[in-house]
Amino acid sequence: MSQQTTRPSSAVGPVPTSQLDLAQEFIRRKTPISVIRGVLHRYPAISPAVVLVVAIVVFGIINGRFLAPANLSLITQQVAVIGTLGVAQTLVILTAGIDLSVGAIMVFSSMVVGQASATHGFPVWLALLLGLVVGLAAGALNGLLVTRLKLPPFIVTLGTLSIFTALTLLVSSGSTIQGNQMPEVVTWAGETFRVAGVDITYGVVMMIVLYIVVAFILGKTAWGRHVYAVGDDKEAARLTGIRVNGLLLSVYIAGGAILALGAWVQIGRSFAASPNAGADINLDSITAVVIGGTSLFGGRGTIWGTLLGALIVGVFRNGLALAGLDVLYQTLAVGVLVIVAVAVDQWIRKGQK
Amino acid sequence: MTVIDSATTPTETRTPVLQAKRLVKTYGHVVGLDGVSLELYPGEVLAIIGDNGAGKTTLIKCLTGAEIPDEGQILLDGKPVHFRRPQDAREAGIETVYQSLAVSPSLDVASNLYLGREERKKGILGSVFRMMDTKGMRAKARAELNELGISTLQDVAVAVENLSGGQRQAVAVARAAAFGSKVVVLDEPTAALGVREGGQVLQLIKRLRDNGVPVILISHNMPHVFEVADRIHIQRLGKRAATITPESHNMTDAVAIMTGALTV
Repeated sequence: MSQQTTRPSSAVGPVPTSQLDLAQEFIRRKTPISVIRGVLHRYPAISPAVVLVVAIVVFGIINGRFLAPANLSLITQQVAVIGTLGVAQTLVILTAGIDLSVGAIMVFSSMVVGQASATHGFPVWLALLLGLVVGLAAGALNGLLVTRLKLPPFIVTLGTLSIFTALTLLVSSGSTIQGNQMPEVVTWAGETFRVAGVDITYGVVMMIVLYIVVAFILGKTAWGRHVYAVGDDKEAARLTGIRVNGLLLSVYIAGGAILALGAWVQIGRSFAASPNAGADINLDSITAVVIGGTSLFGGRGTIWGTLLGALIVGVFRNGLALAGLDVLYQTLAVGVLVIVAVAVDQWIRKGQK
Repeated sequence: MTVIDSATTPTETRTPVLQAKRLVKTYGHVVGLDGVSLELYPGEVLAIIGDNGAGKTTLIKCLTGAEIPDEGQILLDGKPVHFRRPQDAREAGIETVYQSLAVSPSLDVASNLYLGREERKKGILGSVFRMMDTKGMRAKARAELNELGISTLQDVAVAVENLSGGQRQAVAVARAAAFGSKVVVLDEPTAALGVREGGQVLQLIKRLRDNGVPVILISHNMPHVFEVADRIHIQRLGKRAATITPESHNMTDAVAIMTGALTV
């Protein structure tokens, strides 16, 4: 053999750090803007927190009544429903999906609870259980269509949005059930207790407990970590042994259960079960999630960001109304917020590619 | 030219860790594997080379449970095994690092190492509340990286997306090393990397072997193969053309065998 290939020794010493430390080079190249981008990337809840604080200060200066206890109480009540739906929406968006049917499922569930308890005279526990079953079944239907038929979540939930809306009208015949027709437990979420001069509804407490529970699950359990992993890179998650379809299905079913809770909160908030309650609520829940810094591309975001997002939507709507502006300006402001939030998200992600 | 066939090398007397016997895999009329045998011995790096379509990937897929061979037998530690899913091979101790890397960019290094096998806290926090033992997993991840001499990844809490390509590859290899009790399979681990980063991964492969884990390496990169491999399995047209060693043959010979210009 003419050209004998020489093999280097297999004994491997420690590789010189200077040779390996690519991260160091990367850090040195940082500019102030890229540092800000890096921080926002790591802590996506920072920007909504800043926006919320600024908005509260500005609206407080514009109109003194904004910070009055009665008004703060009103804001929390307005936020409770969107905030609850936002939790379900966050779970789905973290897996790189989207759920356009959250409002429809919530209204469907609330009408079933209303009809069962008021019109058909079912016991309270059975009426609420039926509401939960509706939420779980609706979530399971979405999940099965996404995982078995492999349809995009956008299309699946666009379809089920119409289906659940139609089923709601079928169940309710289009009529609203007033709160006084239903047992007290069904409207319990709308009852208040007083903390430091501010009236807090039990629905707000339910929402906060829900956030704490879901924050724990997302942050501290393997299931939560898998939600992020699947949203981040589905194929990578599959190759590491995560059952992607099972996880996605469980996310939609968990979302359904949360929406059933949202139905209970909604009945208490409006002291009625109304088939028309969910008109803008779908988009408001997506708005809350997006403003809260969760990426529509999945795998990135926190549940607390969504709470901040829901609060921002509530504060803007309420503050603009108190400032004497027409409803159209509230809608305009929310629209601008969404676009700015998504643009910021894109900008933050661009720095990482 | 002296041709030393693998049959005459002294390693042949030991029991292979992983052995394939006359594997056949067809896709319709296309023959992916045409009776391929392969032996991986303890403590060695076995490279698999071959032209596109020679059956490298199909062979690896059969060995790691991603495909089920039509005929033939796979033995792990001398005992027949039947992998139906990648999970089966993984549970048997065969870890694979895929070309696509299979890391989750937004999760940190430790989370990626333990992705899909998270460990829970002891006691009621783990059993009832299903709380992960994040601290414990981070400590173990750090220990695993130290053992492999990956000095640049000391911060196991840093997100993988902030790492360079070589460091990401190191994370994927470290995961395989941490859980691959029997065999680690690396599919084109240096293909997407620069010269320096590729060198780091080669160091890692050697270290893995020195720690006693046999490695199967699929690569197109001849210098890399000849640098780390103890033996080289050459696929050609769905068959094993030869098994050579870097001592017995040079790169030109290997390419000649791959293309059919030289037969052994």
